[in-house]
Amino acid sequence: MLDAQPQPLVQVQDLKMHFPIYSGIFRKHTGDVKAVDGVSFDILPGQTLGLVGESGCGKSTVGRAMLRLYEPTAGRVIIDGDDVAKLAPEPLRKKRPTMQMVFQDPQASLNPRMTLAEIVSEPLDEHTNWTRDQKLERVYELMDQVGLNRRFVNRFPHEFSGGQRQRIGIARALALKPRFIVCDEPIAALDVSIQAQVVNLLEDLQEKLGLTYLFISHDLSMVRHLAQRVAVMYLGRIAELSPSKDLYARPLHPYAEALLSAVNEPDPELAARRNRIILKGDVPSPANPPKGCNFCTRCPKVMDICRTVKPDLLEVEPGRLVACHLYTAAGSTGASEANERNQQGETR
Amino acid sequence: MAEPAAHVLEVRDLKTVFRTRGGEVHAVNDVSFHLKPGELLGVVGESGSGKSVTMMSLLRLLPAPPAEIRGGKAFLNGKDLLAMTDDQLRSVRGAKVGFVFQDPMTSLNPVFTLGNQIMEPLIKHMGMSKAQAEARAVELLELVGIPGAKQRLHQYPHQFSGGMRQRVMIAIALACDPDVLIADEPTTALDVTIQAQILELVKDLRRKLGMAIIWITHDLGVIAGIADRVMVMYGGQIVEHAPVRELFANPQHPYTRALLQTIPRITGPREARLKVIEGQPPILTGPLTACPFRARCEYRFDTCDAVNPPRRAIDGLPVGQGHDVACHWHAPAKAEPAHA
Repeated sequence: MLDAQPQPLVQVQDLKMHFPIYSGIFRKHTGDVKAVDGVSFDILPGQTLGLVGESGCGKSTVGRAMLRLYEPTAGRVIIDGDDVAKLAPEPLRKKRPTMQMVFQDPQASLNPRMTLAEIVSEPLDEHTNWTRDQKLERVYELMDQVGLNRRFVNRFPHEFSGGQRQRIGIARALALKPRFIVCDEPIAALDVSIQAQVVNLLEDLQEKLGLTYLFISHDLSMVRHLAQRVAVMYLGRIAELSPSKDLYARPLHPYAEALLSAVNEPDPELAARRNRIILKGDVPSPANPPKGCNFCTRCPKVMDICRTVKPDLLEVEPGRLVACHLYTAAGSTGASEANERNQQGETR
Repeated sequence: MAEPAAHVLEVRDLKTVFRTRGGEVHAVNDVSFHLKPGELLGVVGESGSGKSVTMMSLLRLLPAPPAEIRGGKAFLNGKDLLAMTDDQLRSVRGAKVGFVFQDPMTSLNPVFTLGNQIMEPLIKHMGMSKAQAEARAVELLELVGIPGAKQRLHQYPHQFSGGMRQRVMIAIALACDPDVLIADEPTTALDVTIQAQILELVKDLRRKLGMAIIWITHDLGVIAGIADRVMVMYGGQIVEHAPVRELFANPQHPYTRALLQTIPRITGPREARLKVIEGQPPILTGPLTACPFRARCEYRFDTCDAVNPPRRAIDGLPVGQGHDVACHWHAPAKAEPAHA
């Protein structure tokens, strides 16, 4: 992992996840909900990619499809050399220990009738042939790692607080020593004062164990804190994929710009000065996305071409990928204009 | 009654208890605050801090039992809500005080059209005819920014998106032109861009209608952008109260300070590590005999374990008027016992 030129641990190429819609008495296949519609990104080992967007944009579906919790419609998901999207059942089962998931709702993702020890050692039952004692030893080790008192080993989920339950979920994900973890909104259900505890734990574990994260969240400020690179999704597609510091300093895609401007900073002075971009309307249905750019119905900078041609995700600045006609050849004049506007935006 | 006439709402020493099998849970402990006409009071706290229960207690919206209002007074325009009969209270709910709940998905009745639900308070409270109520309902929907209001009156809740439903909830709450609007986490269930729309709408409505608003949230970012004054709740009591700029510029309670530091920012330098408030929120079985925050406080000392700190003004203004905080660190040299 200390290679001079690191190879990405995770490569997602043109991932598509369509859910069929059946209607009529014959349950005819009449359309698809295009939850994820051509998403590509890489994650370097030991790094965190933030995946942000609003509810329904497909960010959780990306995470689930990557780990084959859904059967992806198309695309490649290469994790540590294997295309997970195409693996046959048995090799996939062998692969599972290397890729794990931490779920959003620690209440719903832990079986209420199992004790902590049973929950955390379940992956070990499935994937190892260790003895009881070996497994218990590993459970204790994991409990230390995630900061749970060993005395709690025989307690049930309802005896824990939300933050502790999330620690159990993390311990379970770590049980098989994975290299890659999808964190699907792991802090969304927690109180503000508990969120920081869990985030710090995730960071410590990453450093200690060299983990690679896909961190899915709608909390843009937490993603800024955690991720080296951030992908902003809108209606099943990536709008912008940029290094975190560039994105937050100067978002390029109009949606990323609006999303960031909608974040409420705990600072009344700033709130009074700030000029927010208020988007009109709602997100269109992914079953019937707009013909051109998915964002064209709400975009404050919409042009004619946006309504007819889907923009590709292209590198418009070193390391920054944007899917927007403002930055393509067709709208090259638009690009410089947008730059100007962005700069004006900063001085506001 | 000092000067309740100047205040739309004046709450004094409100105490709410839940009787459960595991014992009594003291959810609201001697909460006092007031609301001036036209102002927006922000109430911040984590789940279980008592912020919603406080407001629900005022209108007696909590199921009793298990809830029991143990004491206190709540004057709405000089009349004590807690002493009212159920009938009297019914004429207040929805008429004088509007309530917007957190979850717009579950607070509308799915089997009635929106028109029905908006017109209900108008007919019940304002004695309008159906035609009048319908005209007013259209007006209200337009006010909250729902296009095609006339047609949409005949639609059902499932035909509206989350943001639209929250607009409808606001329209219903505003229907009878209330003196006070209580909004309980109205934007929490919404996405950020939709949240921004609703916040803009509320700011706009305040300018147009000038009602007083109580805004409950756990999100300090939302409060920073919208409130005039803020009270921070913890363990069922108010631990800090200040005008919004003062609170964010000069937080005094260790909890408020820590809370502000645990939130990562979107601007400015990136924090190397988030500050953590260790431990868990308190379990409120039994009355508070010590500071509820003591177990998680970095400044804890002997007095904190012995006495629940009363609110003390720190800027010379009376408690509740300016900046006050319930923390022993701000006590004069000799700690005085908490008053009843």
